[in-house]
Amino acid sequence: MSGVVIGLEIHCQLDTRTKLFCPCSTDYRDDGPNTHVCPVCLGLPGTMPAVNRTAVEYALRVAKAFHCEVPVECEFSRKNYFYPDLPKGYQITQYDRPLALGGYIEIEGDGGLEKRVRLTRIHIEEDPGRLVHKGGGDRARYSLVDYNRSGVPLIEIVTDPDLSSPKEARRLIEHLRATLEYLDVYDPEKEGSLRVDANVSIAGHERVEIKNISSYRGVEKALTFEITRQRSLIRRGVAVERETRHFVEERGTTRASRTKVEEHDYRYFPEPDLPPLRVADRAAAIELPELPAARRERFRVQYGLSPNHARTLTGNPGLAEFFETVAGDDPVLAATWVADTLLGELNYRGRPVGSVGPARFSALLALLKSGRITDRSGVEVLRIVLDGDEHPDAVVERLGLAVTGDDTVSAAIAEVIAEFPQAVADYRAGRGNAINYLAGQVMKKTRGQADPRELGRRLADALAEDGPCT
Amino acid sequence: MEDPYHAYIRRLEPRSPGTGILAGRTVAIKDNISTAGVPTTCGSRILEGYVPPYDARAVELVRDAGGAINGKTNMDEFGMGTTTENSGFGPTLNPRDTTRVPGGSSGGSAAAVAAGLADLALGTDTGGSIRCPAAFCGIVGLKPTYGRVSRYGLVAYANSLETIGPMGRSVGDVSTLLRVIGQPDPRDTTMRGTPYAHDPVPDVAGRRVGVPDEFFGEGVDPRVAATVRAAIETLASLGAEVVPVSMPSMACALAAYYVTCTSEASSNLARYDGVRYGPAVETARPWHDAFTLVRSAHFGPEVRRRILLGTFALSSGYYGKYYGKAQTARANVSADYARLFREVDVLAGPTMPTVAFRLGELADPLSMYLADILTVPANLAGVPAISVPCGTVDGLPVGLQLTGRAFDDETVIDIAAAYEAEVAA
Amino acid sequence: MVDEGEVRRIAGLADIQIPEDEMPAFTVQFNRILDYFEVLDTLGEAGAGERALHTVMRDDEPRPSLAREAVLANAPADEDGFIKAPRVM
Ligand SMILES: [Zn+2]
Repeated sequence: MSGVVIGLEIHCQLDTRTKLFCPCSTDYRDDGPNTHVCPVCLGLPGTMPAVNRTAVEYALRVAKAFHCEVPVECEFSRKNYFYPDLPKGYQITQYDRPLALGGYIEIEGDGGLEKRVRLTRIHIEEDPGRLVHKGGGDRARYSLVDYNRSGVPLIEIVTDPDLSSPKEARRLIEHLRATLEYLDVYDPEKEGSLRVDANVSIAGHERVEIKNISSYRGVEKALTFEITRQRSLIRRGVAVERETRHFVEERGTTRASRTKVEEHDYRYFPEPDLPPLRVADRAAAIELPELPAARRERFRVQYGLSPNHARTLTGNPGLAEFFETVAGDDPVLAATWVADTLLGELNYRGRPVGSVGPARFSALLALLKSGRITDRSGVEVLRIVLDGDEHPDAVVERLGLAVTGDDTVSAAIAEVIAEFPQAVADYRAGRGNAINYLAGQVMKKTRGQADPRELGRRLADALAEDGPCT
Repeated sequence: MEDPYHAYIRRLEPRSPGTGILAGRTVAIKDNISTAGVPTTCGSRILEGYVPPYDARAVELVRDAGGAINGKTNMDEFGMGTTTENSGFGPTLNPRDTTRVPGGSSGGSAAAVAAGLADLALGTDTGGSIRCPAAFCGIVGLKPTYGRVSRYGLVAYANSLETIGPMGRSVGDVSTLLRVIGQPDPRDTTMRGTPYAHDPVPDVAGRRVGVPDEFFGEGVDPRVAATVRAAIETLASLGAEVVPVSMPSMACALAAYYVTCTSEASSNLARYDGVRYGPAVETARPWHDAFTLVRSAHFGPEVRRRILLGTFALSSGYYGKYYGKAQTARANVSADYARLFREVDVLAGPTMPTVAFRLGELADPLSMYLADILTVPANLAGVPAISVPCGTVDGLPVGLQLTGRAFDDETVIDIAAAYEAEVAA
Repeated sequence: MVDEGEVRRIAGLADIQIPEDEMPAFTVQFNRILDYFEVLDTLGEAGAGERALHTVMRDDEPRPSLAREAVLANAPADEDGFIKAPRVM
């Protein structure tokens, strides 16, 4: 996608126990509206903000992980605007003295090479409340406000316009998300915990801002749609208008905001109730855990994994830890089974990796490694283990899935040769495919317990013995 | 008890728990200080019907000390005024002369104390709002050091300038009330220093008292100036060393004050939109229209003016010229104080340039702003300042203002106590 | 010099309306006050970090929120636990 220029503004909720400026719990998602609200986050007259140290600590971890420069002091400012979800008529955010400047995120670029996406800044701010519109957003005659979300800590990460495609944007966000999880500052399971605004333009044309992308999967979709829209305008000789558009998740499209791009004048000024914060010293004291890139490299070296497996298995810290627990003495086998099979089965069930007991999974790997069950049975056992509450050994026992002794397979081969003379004849006539059909029949008779790699050879032997080729 | 001066917006039946250092004493609370379960209006129609679900820290401390809260006092709307005429609930009259204003914006608190309706009162001071009415009504009022009294629960007008403070009929009373409210509070993270635990020592011998020229300049009524100079002579007669000094940063102080307070106010008052409290917003209209209707209908003219001045001062293209420069001026005032307080222990001068105005006399907004010229410097620098009665002009009280080092409210109290003891004798 | 149009624009930013019949007098007074502020123009720009204090932060320890009735008690209108607000479209 040559000529595409993309920059992102990513908002992530920090996974603190309390809000940014008041001691209300952030654990509101299972509760009714306006149940996690106090005078401060409701913006009652006379209340004052008190900064949550953990939120600042978390934001500094992120800044450090992405190689940002942390100034000696940072400061909160007020962003003044009116909106029904904003209880104070301003948002406490950071403006000209943010928590962190510069830095970069490394992703795999479209050319397959490592690419450095520069960061402009990272700052902390408070989330507004949530608006609900009964009977569909557009036609509702009034808004309903839930202030439970009001005051939840966010970090806003702003990238330079260094991305060249929707795929790169998606990769950046995936990498960012993984890093935040490694840093233990973010919970991706919480609905609405990551929101993205994207600036996108075709080189030489006006820039459009897409707001309201509320999932990382939506980013690629929204950008792809928007680039197509802009390209088609340009092809038709229509100028791309500088505007703000909204992403419509359900339809995968963007639409013009009905409000004109007002000339915003947010009248930022330093929050008088919060003197500057000293942050450089705090940042210096932070010790980062092993981050995804380092762990990926270690997995390749220490366990001999392929780059693909190493990347997949380090995609989130829970998965990486799971892999390391079950790696045992055959990490490559473990990697294959975790990355290629287990993840797919979990995805299909919409379940997290944490829902699988590593001990059971290790038992399954042991069965596979010893050759007691076939790969095919392995998948069957895994599915049963995931869906029920049975140990792999018990499943194999109950269903008789252990690889069968020679006698049964030999008998089945003899029977098949007797029962399918046409296929035998085809094989002998030189149509090699026929052996696959016969193998299938043997599998059927043995209910899949024959080792498929062995079976082809033994069948060929039996056919050779049974009669001469013509 | 009657309230002939309209000192209160709401009277309360005092319920004193009976123990603590305020036991048996009535305390009036300015109506911009939040009281749980009791309406808190800030003198504004836009807060009609609002009942805070929590107590301000200062109110909590007054209750804990056994103080009997007997009402919420009248004030200029959100503290924006020097006369208490800008109240949405009508003006307060000066108990010393009911044709005159009590000063503002804590005019209700001052009138209540001056008229004996309350023993003590809490006021708030953003640019002189405790000291001005104390001077006009002939009582004592202290603006404590910024950061010494929790602002949690004080409805913000200009956060970086204002503080809650004590008002009473004697320096001793003011000191007692400061002991009660000058306690830490983790909810106000701009608090500093140690709790105030001082008993006044009425002694000024050997202290150096600076007298800035600028406090006796143009606009200061010569009779007021003469009364205050006489009071400073009294301090000298008690052993103080009087030192003439100069404070050139005064030239920009008032402009810096009004730019800063209106800027902060324009933001602080954005929350009054009729959604969460106050008069109902019309929810069937688009939000800007709906907010504009409710805000225009319920804010008074002076509040509207200051919101617009502040919005202008912060707006794109003007920020550097107004807000930015005001912060320079503010830093210059702090630097002047720092320099002077290396030479002297306190500064002395008049609290107000004149005696109390007649009702309706200050109709022009700029003339009203100019009346604050002598009180705003202490707010810009966050230093403590007290007003003590020091005589009369035409039968109307004059206040002596003593300003001290930050977090040295104790010295200001001591010197005021020394003066008070001498004139009482 | 700020004209009536500019006053209207500023008022719009603040969600405030100055009645048209008050506008001329309001604008005159507004300008007199701004003229007074001109004295600041004799000064240079302030550097950042003039505030000597630093924020003291609090621990991440939850405390009970308000009961929902208390949250809604002051709201002019509520519905199903939400607070009613103007529409945004
Ligand atoms: Zn809260």
